[in-house]
Amino acid sequence: MMTKIAFVRKKEIPPSAPPITEVGLIGWLRQNLFSSWLNSILTVLSVYFIVVILWDFIPWAYGGHWNTKSLRECLDLDPDVACFSVLTARWKQLLFGLYPAEEYWRPTLTFMFLLLAIVPILFPRFFRFFWFSIIYPGLAVWLLWGGSFWSISIVYIGLTLGALFFLSLIRRYLKNYMVAAILAFLFTAVFFLFISNPLVGLLNVILPISLPFVESLKMGGFTLSLIVGVTGIVASFPIGILLALGRQSNLPVIKMICVGFIEFIRGVPLITLLFVASVLLNYFLPPGTNFDIVLRVVIMVTLFSAAYMAEVIRGGLAGLPLGQHEASASLGLTYWQSQRLIIMPQALKISIPGIVNTFIGLFKDTTLVSIISLRDPVGLASTIRADQKWNGIYWELYVAIGLMFFIFCWGMSQYSQYLERKLKTDK
Amino acid sequence: MEKTKINITDEVAIHISDMNKWFGNFHVLRDINLEVRRGERIVVCGPSGSGKSTLIRCINRLEEHQKGSIIVDGTELTTDLKNIDKIRSEVGMVFQHFNLFPHLTTLENCTLAPMWVRETPEKEATEIAMEMLEKVKIPEQAHKYPGQLSGGQQQRVAIARSLCMKPRIMLFDEVTSALDPEMIKEVLDTMIQLAEEGMTMICVTHEMGFARQVADRVIFMDDGQIVEQNEPEEFFKKPKSDRTKLFLSQILGH
Repeated sequence: MMTKIAFVRKKEIPPSAPPITEVGLIGWLRQNLFSSWLNSILTVLSVYFIVVILWDFIPWAYGGHWNTKSLRECLDLDPDVACFSVLTARWKQLLFGLYPAEEYWRPTLTFMFLLLAIVPILFPRFFRFFWFSIIYPGLAVWLLWGGSFWSISIVYIGLTLGALFFLSLIRRYLKNYMVAAILAFLFTAVFFLFISNPLVGLLNVILPISLPFVESLKMGGFTLSLIVGVTGIVASFPIGILLALGRQSNLPVIKMICVGFIEFIRGVPLITLLFVASVLLNYFLPPGTNFDIVLRVVIMVTLFSAAYMAEVIRGGLAGLPLGQHEASASLGLTYWQSQRLIIMPQALKISIPGIVNTFIGLFKDTTLVSIISLRDPVGLASTIRADQKWNGIYWELYVAIGLMFFIFCWGMSQYSQYLERKLKTDK
Repeated sequence: MEKTKINITDEVAIHISDMNKWFGNFHVLRDINLEVRRGERIVVCGPSGSGKSTLIRCINRLEEHQKGSIIVDGTELTTDLKNIDKIRSEVGMVFQHFNLFPHLTTLENCTLAPMWVRETPEKEATEIAMEMLEKVKIPEQAHKYPGQLSGGQQQRVAIARSLCMKPRIMLFDEVTSALDPEMIKEVLDTMIQLAEEGMTMICVTHEMGFARQVADRVIFMDDGQIVEQNEPEEFFKKPKSDRTKLFLSQILGH
């Protein structure tokens, strides 16, 4: 029999609802937990393991002691539950290290200001408060280390004057940015070499504002982790961008310097760099140079993660179609304009997961400073355990330290996911 | 439709003489001589690999030529970055794959270059952009992102984006090749409209209907050389070179 191939639809088929097993709770369970035999077995096993772990952990944590005087006392009361008393006794040390107790308000205030200062950076809606983010680094340094208010402010004053000088040069006299920049640089240098010191002296006499000085070796605990971590994150990001651009540059010298730097830093363990910072650097610097240990560590950590950052961003740059460069060039945008307006926004967006990954890695790597005997939380844990009263305690301390790190890292991860959702423009 | 014969002037818009280009050892453009007058509409065709895209990409220095000279609007293309940026801001280009900026809305795509290159105030740039988006008939998509538009719409936005710079010359590089058949017409209509307004245009395309309708001159390229050029009527009816005949039979044959 011959098949009839001609066909004309006479009646439209209206769209109808999907079957009940595909939607709602049942649909979700079927799709996600019981989609096949293997999946169902894995689901049941996972639930079993979670229950087993929580079965032990919850009574251990929930029944824990908070107010004993030593580990011995805890064990005498009930050896099967947690002994959180070590946290009760030593939490201040975990947060502030050896920072003088009467000055605890300073790191605390610095931390609260930090939360305020990052808001304009994280949420463009509050960008009008960005001035605070600019003031913050100086404010934080002054609050943490103390000393004269003016010796920090003078840095801001000098840089502002330099910038104003540069701008007014460009507005009135010069069109050449390079010459204006060199002149402004000289102006700023003269200011810092000859004018700033007498000026600070004068201001100290007229209006003495100062805080007691706290030396770097007293910094410790999470204060130290945050100092190193936040500074490292903030500084390594722009350096990473420049290195990534430099690595793609057509100028052979710049390219070679960037490639050499990145490959060298990536090829060396962070611990080695930290040892260089803590021990070797002093041999190379002229005797008597007082080069702050925390600053040295921050520089090393920054350079280390800048190299990784550069590679992550290079990945993002490579992910952009050539057409984007061509389109922005064909519109007459200059190299820097097109980098800033077209290329970087997209490359950075592609690299968000990698960038945040590097940030999180950097933040956790700050615990390595315990190796060069700085007192970060992990270093302090050893110190605390060396105390006879708490000798033998492991879980409680490390769980608490881990939890603190987790909160920060999880926060960063959540923000990165929020950012990815927000910047999604294709749907 | 009657072709509008308007305002081709004697003024030279683009002057290319003895231009040569190599990709490594590959001699991609050979002794190109071409003079385009203001208001002229030129269609460049030829088999793939014939160098036609490279030719128009040399005109705004997306590719660098190694010998000969290219003078655009009285300015010679040299390694001087200032000249290059100046020429690029005078010469609009539309690409096969649109190359819209996906992180900016349609409107922002259009206002970006005027604001940063021409330093047009935002309000004025927005007005120009809306005017151009209306011209390409998609003002209602102004606040959408390129990823939310169809291919034809994206290509029209790309045209509008170039027009916002008020270019004196437009280059079209196979702008309909990546489009679904039902979207080709809307883009061609926009280009025809531009042609009728007297824009100086060089179009690399295989749309022979378009060439017949708007071109003042059709150039056929093969192996990096200009093989034949003529008015469209003559070009299609009585091609002189065998290579042209073969090419035309291949693309018009079915």
